[in-house]
Amino acid sequence: MTFLALLRKELRAYFVSPLVYVVAAVFYALSGFFFYTQLVYFVQYGFGLNIIGNFWVAFLAGAPYSVSMVLLLVVPLLTMRLLAEETKLGTIEMLLTYPLRDGTIIAAKFTACTVILALLLAGTLAYPIFLAVSQPLPWQPIGVSYLGLLLLGVSFTACGLFVSSLTESQVVAAVGTLGLLLLFWAVSWNEAATSPAVLRALAQFAMFDHFETFARGVIDAGDLAYFTAVSAFFTFCTMRVLESRHWRGQR
Amino acid sequence: MIAVEHVTKEFGPTVAVRDVSFRAADGEAVGLLGPNGSGKTTIIRMLAGYFPPTAGRVSIDGIDVGRDALRARQHLGYLPESAVWYPDMRVRQFLEFCADVRRLHGVARRQRLGVVLDGCGLAEVQHRLIGHLSKGYRQRVGIAQAILHEPTVLILDEPSVGLDPRQVVEIRQLIRELRGRTTVLLSTHILPEVSSVCDRVVIVNHGRVVAEDSAAALARAQQRGERTLLRVGAPAAQVAATLRALPGVERVEVEPGDDGFAQVMVTTTQGAPPLAAAVVQRGWDLLEMRPLAMSLEELYVRLTSPPDDPPAA
Repeated sequence: MTFLALLRKELRAYFVSPLVYVVAAVFYALSGFFFYTQLVYFVQYGFGLNIIGNFWVAFLAGAPYSVSMVLLLVVPLLTMRLLAEETKLGTIEMLLTYPLRDGTIIAAKFTACTVILALLLAGTLAYPIFLAVSQPLPWQPIGVSYLGLLLLGVSFTACGLFVSSLTESQVVAAVGTLGLLLLFWAVSWNEAATSPAVLRALAQFAMFDHFETFARGVIDAGDLAYFTAVSAFFTFCTMRVLESRHWRGQR
Repeated sequence: MIAVEHVTKEFGPTVAVRDVSFRAADGEAVGLLGPNGSGKTTIIRMLAGYFPPTAGRVSIDGIDVGRDALRARQHLGYLPESAVWYPDMRVRQFLEFCADVRRLHGVARRQRLGVVLDGCGLAEVQHRLIGHLSKGYRQRVGIAQAILHEPTVLILDEPSVGLDPRQVVEIRQLIRELRGRTTVLLSTHILPEVSSVCDRVVIVNHGRVVAEDSAAALARAQQRGERTLLRVGAPAAQVAATLRALPGVERVEVEPGDDGFAQVMVTTTQGAPPLAAAVVQRGWDLLEMRPLAMSLEELYVRLTSPPDDPPAA
């Protein structure tokens, strides 16, 4: 009940601001462009008939011309206001002195952003449906890849919510989240900069590598656990930041 | 009921509140009076459960705020100091949201929404965006959300800031109506507000309680130190000497006047009329005469000074 009231408030806040529409426009423009270019590339150079392996994986996970990259760009814009704005306005003091658990407040914000993400991703279903008109598609792996996209987006959201809890500036929250996500993306790139052992360890943290198995239509328990762990970790951190008002030296 | 027992709050090396204790009985209205930065808001935030005290105990209706914050908050209506609400929500929408979070349903929800919208004078702006409202209306929105669920304890942090005089009167009327049913704690740095609304006053300064008394005693203390400003068309030294000689005059301060007029501030226990009479008797022009409100600092000195300071008996 209280959760639903909070969720409604968060969703309304998204839909009354122009930001979410701009973000959606950018998201669809870029992903549509990538869909077109990757498809033309696939058709021209035709790497055999495996459309999932050669086209779909590249479209979803092939950095930097992929849906997952666009997701990385837009999620910080969706998460930036979640807690930073409440802190800036001072409304956080009201929420935190209402008979609400910190966890309920966080959960409502998290869920609201996930709903927006799911809506954005649902829009991209137009691409496989468009393809299916001319070419029969295996729907199971496509479904799995969408599950992967959502998990990736949820992990990004957890990260963004955490950064948003640290500051009262939405710009700082967005830039900070973007930086952190880019680091997660690039962490396993340079093989020469690290010893093989360290690289193996670092590679475990590369979000996109874990997403790629989903894009191929495979649910790997390890990758599933990875995304769950990332989301849980950042949510835990966010909770601790909210709690820090109990002992921190200001406000 | 509100109980604050030996509460200390430290923010790192700075001590914002030091060993503060006071109580407000059921239905009592208590004013928390102090200058800006005296620790009022810190005390109030601890009562609201926003952060816990470093040492000591705060409780609302006998519920320890530190131990059972959620239950304590159900009894509490709270107007934070910076009354800025969600600017892109409409007034009614916002109050409906508050009602949902407070778990008000059905008839009770509809009825309470109606009562606070009317009671706080928000009925005609209920469909406007909060961000488009004036400061006074936003303050009323804050008060509306604080009393929406008929709390047994109401804490208002500087409720009349930013309101025009008419609105201030209305808000005070609203608080007076709650008195008796609701325990009210009201923080302010404005003296008349306390004496007009509260039964009892707790005065804090530099994070300590410096005085605690009934509002009536506060009003007496205020009268005792009545100060009057006079502008007289005569040399300042002569005026000061004449006034000093009057009975009941405690202090005469001469301010550098302009155009050969004397500007003096007189502290007297006998009221203003003898001053005017003395000036007129000497044949001087009395150009201006008005009472000066006692500053908070002066009042602290008065309230905290030992009672050997002889009152005007």
